[in-house]
Amino acid sequence: MIPSEFEYHAPHSVAEAITLLTQYPEEARLLAGGHSLLPMMKLRFAEPAHLIDINGIKELKGISEQGNVIRIGAMTTESELIDSALLNEKCPLIPAVARLIADPQVRNRGTIGGDIVHGDPGNDHPAVMLALDARFILQGPEGERTVPANGFFLGTYSVGMAADEILTAILVPVFASSTGYGFNKLKRKTGDFATAASSVVVQLQGESCADIRIALTNAGPCAFRAEAAEDLLKGQVITDALIEQAAQKVMAACEPDEDLRGDAEYKTHMSAEMARRSIRDALTKAKG
Amino acid sequence: MSTSTEKLEREEKLEGIGCSRKRKEDPRFIQGKGNYVDDVKLPGTLFADIVRSPYAHARIKSINKDKALAVPGVHAVLTAADLKPLNLHWMPTLAGDVQAVLADEKVHFQYQEVAVVIADNRYIAADAVDLVEVEYEALPVLVDPHKAMDADAPILREDIKEKADDGKGAHKHPNHIFTWEVGDDEATTQAFNAADVVVTEKMYYPRVHPSPLETCGCVASFDKVKSHLTLYITSQAPHIVRTVVSLLSGIPESKVRVISPDIGGGFGNKVGVYPGYVTAIVASIVLGRPVKWIEDRMEHLSTTAWARDYHMTGALAADKEGRIKALRVNVLADHGAFNSHAQPTKWPAGLFSICTGSYDIPVAHAKVEGVYTNKAPGGVAYRCSFRVTEAVYVIERMMDILAQKLGIDKAEIRRRNFVKPEQFPYHTALGWELDSGDYPKALQKVLEAVDYDGLRREQQEKRARGELMGIGLVTFTEIVGAGPSKACDILGVGMFESAEIRVHPTGSVVARMGTLSTGQGHQTTYAQIIATELGLPSEDIQIEEGDTDTAPYGLGTYGSRSTPVGGAATAMAARKIRDKAARIAAHLLEVSADDLDWEVDRFKVKGVPGQEKTMKEVAWAAYNNVPDGMEMGLEATNYYDPPNFTYPFGAYLCVIDIDKCTGEAKVRRFYALDDCGTRINPMIIEGQIHGGLTEGFAVAMGQQMPFDEQGNLLGNTFMDYFIPTFVETPFWETDYTVTPSPHHPLGAKGVAESPHVGSIPCFTSAIVDAFSHLGVTHMDMPHNAYRVWRKIHELGLDKHE
Repeated sequence: MIPSEFEYHAPHSVAEAITLLTQYPEEARLLAGGHSLLPMMKLRFAEPAHLIDINGIKELKGISEQGNVIRIGAMTTESELIDSALLNEKCPLIPAVARLIADPQVRNRGTIGGDIVHGDPGNDHPAVMLALDARFILQGPEGERTVPANGFFLGTYSVGMAADEILTAILVPVFASSTGYGFNKLKRKTGDFATAASSVVVQLQGESCADIRIALTNAGPCAFRAEAAEDLLKGQVITDALIEQAAQKVMAACEPDEDLRGDAEYKTHMSAEMARRSIRDALTKAKG
Repeated sequence: MSTSTEKLEREEKLEGIGCSRKRKEDPRFIQGKGNYVDDVKLPGTLFADIVRSPYAHARIKSINKDKALAVPGVHAVLTAADLKPLNLHWMPTLAGDVQAVLADEKVHFQYQEVAVVIADNRYIAADAVDLVEVEYEALPVLVDPHKAMDADAPILREDIKEKADDGKGAHKHPNHIFTWEVGDDEATTQAFNAADVVVTEKMYYPRVHPSPLETCGCVASFDKVKSHLTLYITSQAPHIVRTVVSLLSGIPESKVRVISPDIGGGFGNKVGVYPGYVTAIVASIVLGRPVKWIEDRMEHLSTTAWARDYHMTGALAADKEGRIKALRVNVLADHGAFNSHAQPTKWPAGLFSICTGSYDIPVAHAKVEGVYTNKAPGGVAYRCSFRVTEAVYVIERMMDILAQKLGIDKAEIRRRNFVKPEQFPYHTALGWELDSGDYPKALQKVLEAVDYDGLRREQQEKRARGELMGIGLVTFTEIVGAGPSKACDILGVGMFESAEIRVHPTGSVVARMGTLSTGQGHQTTYAQIIATELGLPSEDIQIEEGDTDTAPYGLGTYGSRSTPVGGAATAMAARKIRDKAARIAAHLLEVSADDLDWEVDRFKVKGVPGQEKTMKEVAWAAYNNVPDGMEMGLEATNYYDPPNFTYPFGAYLCVIDIDKCTGEAKVRRFYALDDCGTRINPMIIEGQIHGGLTEGFAVAMGQQMPFDEQGNLLGNTFMDYFIPTFVETPFWETDYTVTPSPHHPLGAKGVAESPHVGSIPCFTSAIVDAFSHLGVTHMDMPHNAYRVWRKIHELGLDKHE
């Protein structure tokens, strides 16, 4: 449980961090909260020669409202998400999810950005980002670009950004009226990753579903949206029977790996169950 | 009246037996000022790290140390070949087998110790471990114990395969360790043949790990000038470690000092001797410098002693009214690669024969067969007396199953079969003498407290609505306090306990015991025993344990032995002091000792008010004014060899609600009534019960050490291995009755393990009860959501409309 030798860098600006990434291609890793990277280093599964600690970069912190969008600095911790009055009022799904991540010690260190870019299908924020239709601001040697969450998650430990880019901020839309969310997570115990989890955001128009996004955690190589289930519900008055049909579509979309949390059949059923519950919760909230 | 009030006040001031006095240990622990093995920092210390096998079964073709030795700061790399000239490449186990200290030609389980690196610091050591090149030739792996004795099973222990019968019965197969039988086989068969009803069930008690918060480790410090070895070690039994170290190393026992500092939990895991300890000692002797070895969590979970792993078949024969006529239990025990089972020497299956439980069973037979597999060695008593958890599990499961078969309520079937209060002392069919008990009273108290009939009505209603609710019930009897030396020894040393008490002139006391607190609060409770026995305030009584240079020899703390054996030794030593004190008091008061009455904290002359001497006054006199011919001083030592074990018991009830969609089982209520005889510190007892219930909950609901077909351990981190936090832990309700042990000087029986032993079958009882109306008779642990959902799914209960 002792990592191999590495050189430690603590840049004070994003530009400095990018310079370091460019300087040590293939050999450098960014250190955010460290709750995924450090255990991997201790097991020597990851042996970066250079560790770039970005915890000291102030510009990566903070939550602010910019018109209809909330900007969350990538190095904002889970605890800060939970405590944010702005998020609790205008994008309550994020604090609701953060509350169920690991334990207080982890939440005090773990960051939303680290959780997103690590690309672990068991991390919670990727599915939430998909459900929220978030956008990510990436900064690299060539400058800044903004990409949608949809399409960002490519596979296990694989996301749509270059090795010399840094995720600097996350943009999430402020909840419109008649919008509701649901988040349900099944886990074996405090501190565990989800056996299955589902994030849902629904917008109603009158009684019927104007828009819905159903995203799943740990149900495949990366977080994904159950689009067939969404299509089934869009434009409809959502009934129990429709929810059940949507759950079947969710199951068809799942391809989880077997591990000690359960086999693929169990995880598939649990993904559907978490989706059912989240859809119901989201509808209740949207109806106000 | 004023006299009795005054007497009561004096008694309360002592904070003796029965007082919920705050733990003396806590101020240092809650301030982070405990002193654990890893806190021991000696100048010039070197650090050991271990090269471990990635294979569960393989031949070692070669080991190349060159690259590791070339790393600056590396002092040595030791392998079996280096230990062989010292004859330390193998070491004896408590069960009469041998265990490889470092793999000798073969590895027998994944993560087995292959080589040890000694370096300036742990970072260099870890780097060098990576550079030791070991070439393996993989061998067929034996994981399933049911296949261990197949004709074509791979032979694991080539080192002993030629060995003749070792006295534990003829070996049927090189992988067969022992067959142990107890009871009347023939009479049991006859009773089964003649019975109205027979129930049989197979059940697996999974391999689990005690997982104390602190992993194992040691600091070995050999002084070459004095030829003296000091060993700081995480051991529940430091005195036995001293004897073992002396026997293995040839260093006289007087030149070996073993110190167990504060121990961060043991739960049976810290009784034995591990290869890491031996290699640290050897390295210190060879290099002449202190050597520290501290495991990490994965090493701890993968290689140190686990518990259980019993494949059991239980059978009960009964008449139509549910009165039991006979019990039969057969067990296949998976002991791993070396038989490092923790046991008194003569007991290869520990005290498993307590499996007749709290019931009056006329005849019984139990048979346990132990086999080798390619898994880590072990088989320790995880918060229980030796194999008692398994025994209680099988009998309590079978009681439920018999009740179900006959359509009798599970409380009623127990009532009909209890050993009755007037039958004590009761001789069980498998040879134990239960000392005391009142089982019906305990059960009745629990049933009334929870409104059992109301719960059953609620369950009926829920079942009608398709909901899953289960009620678990257990009425267990434990056997603890090993034990009478004629029956129990460890490596030939009888399982007595010891206490040495010194009263100072001013009336303060230092007392030392051979046991070792690993969280039980000995500093607090032993002082209370002495306070009551000697009439001196417990606040002025210091308790010391764990340093073999100062404490009297003892066998250590496990199997709930501290109060039953160590507590008895303490009381007996105190009584020797009180007897002497009485003679001094008589001398001071110029009367005969027979004319004195002992009252709380003083001797009083019978019938003469005001003529009295307090123990404090006597203590002063013991150092300046004693009767002619009496030695000065006021101290005593007692080595207590218990006449019998003690038999704590209890009645537990658990209510569980199961989520049909996810399989999650929520413990809504858990009511635990314990009878541990005389209660020394009720607050500590309650804390022990909370801890034991929580560990029982962990075992029943989530703990397991799973292996794949190649013998790879799949869950050796806390990500997978279930340690409940306060979020998962249910709310515990506790209660008690008091039925003192007739043979213990204080009537105390021991308690810390009862809640673990008793709660585990209670959770299973509740889980199965939720499905019993659907014909389910048993479900194996752990009852995690996945496994419970499997049953729900199999029964088609999770259909969504």
